[in-house]
Amino acid sequence: MPLLLDLFLTFLKIGAISFGGGYGMISVLKDEVLKKGWLTYHELMNFIAVSESTPGPIAINMATFIGYFKGYSLFGTVLGGFLGALIATCAVVLPAFIIMLIIVSLIKNLLKFKGVQAFLSGVRPVVIGLIIATGLSMILAVIFGITKISGGFSFDFKSLIIITIIFIVWLTYKLIKKKNISPILLIVISAPLGIVFYGLL
Amino acid sequence: MNKLKSLLSLFLTMFKIGLFTFGGGYAMIAIIERELVEKKGVLNKDEYLDIISIAESTPGPIAVNTATFIGYKSGGFFGSVFATLGVVLPSFIIIFIISIFFRAFLSIKVVAYAFKGIEVAVAFIILTAGIKLFNGIKKTPFNIVLMALTVVSVITCSVFAISFSSIYYILIGGFIGIVFYIIAFIREKKFEKKNNDNGGNK
Repeated sequence: MPLLLDLFLTFLKIGAISFGGGYGMISVLKDEVLKKGWLTYHELMNFIAVSESTPGPIAINMATFIGYFKGYSLFGTVLGGFLGALIATCAVVLPAFIIMLIIVSLIKNLLKFKGVQAFLSGVRPVVIGLIIATGLSMILAVIFGITKISGGFSFDFKSLIIITIIFIVWLTYKLIKKKNISPILLIVISAPLGIVFYGLL
Repeated sequence: MNKLKSLLSLFLTMFKIGLFTFGGGYAMIAIIERELVEKKGVLNKDEYLDIISIAESTPGPIAVNTATFIGYKSGGFFGSVFATLGVVLPSFIIIFIISIFFRAFLSIKVVAYAFKGIEVAVAFIILTAGIKLFNGIKKTPFNIVLMALTVVSVITCSVFAISFSSIYYILIGGFIGIVFYIIAFIREKKFEKKNNDNGGNK
């Protein structure tokens, strides 16, 4: 039972503090989930990939995913997984729901208060910094195997090649189409690259 | 009876939006405009722009913020409940089904290799998303310094295995924002006072 409560409170916290949409949420979620040992680094990356390539908000997808796995590991049944998914999803939705209700019904100009605006003016650049740092540290982890200094490092030449190819695809698309390639397309392209470099070579 | 019908229609519209939007909140906002502003006329253009700026400044999934807002506007409290349920449910059902089979799916060798490639793409996608957001904000010294400090400190902490949650960074950022606002406010007051004094001497 304490695990379910922990699940609820953790996702409530994530829902209440993650500004800046799905990617902002990922940087907060990564800390919490890895610190608690709920997922391994690779599981987290897999979940993000699936959440990115299925419809719906990334935050909801991640909450349902992690909730299911925690529930399943606790009860050992699909029903337990369902319970975990339900708890985590409700928790991640609740803060946004309540805050919006307050804004739309009670304090219509909440966001126009100078104090709130000042708070948000500091939050915005920090959230962007968090997202960039999350991306950078993930790249360090996949290429150099660095997650922390004591963990040593193992250079992964194959992932360096894959990221170079992805970068070239991204850049070419940007130059030709004048817009960013969709994340789903990048994921679709990277899957066969993984099979070729890790499976066949 | 009529009310129930309109709640149901709201639920179905949001369900459709939740089911067919890939790529997070911003993609969803575009579809909401088409479905609710142009087709159904539930919202006017100003309200729609209002929603976007509010959704961006409140925590949580942008889709949920938007759904709650629209639901309340068109059906009060129950409207917001139905709209939010509608937008969340497709994700929940789809991911729930995937979760059941995911471990077995990953134990297939080819799939595991594919996901090693995908892992690289995910890191790249998150980095570019961050850079794109950075391009979208004003390049004031305040923004740039705060962002750079966050990046350096997060990377340093993660390399040296110092545990410092992102939540603290966000709260500290908000606190710094408030402190800067207060400093600017006091300065302005002093400046005004000085001007008034000078005016009085003349």
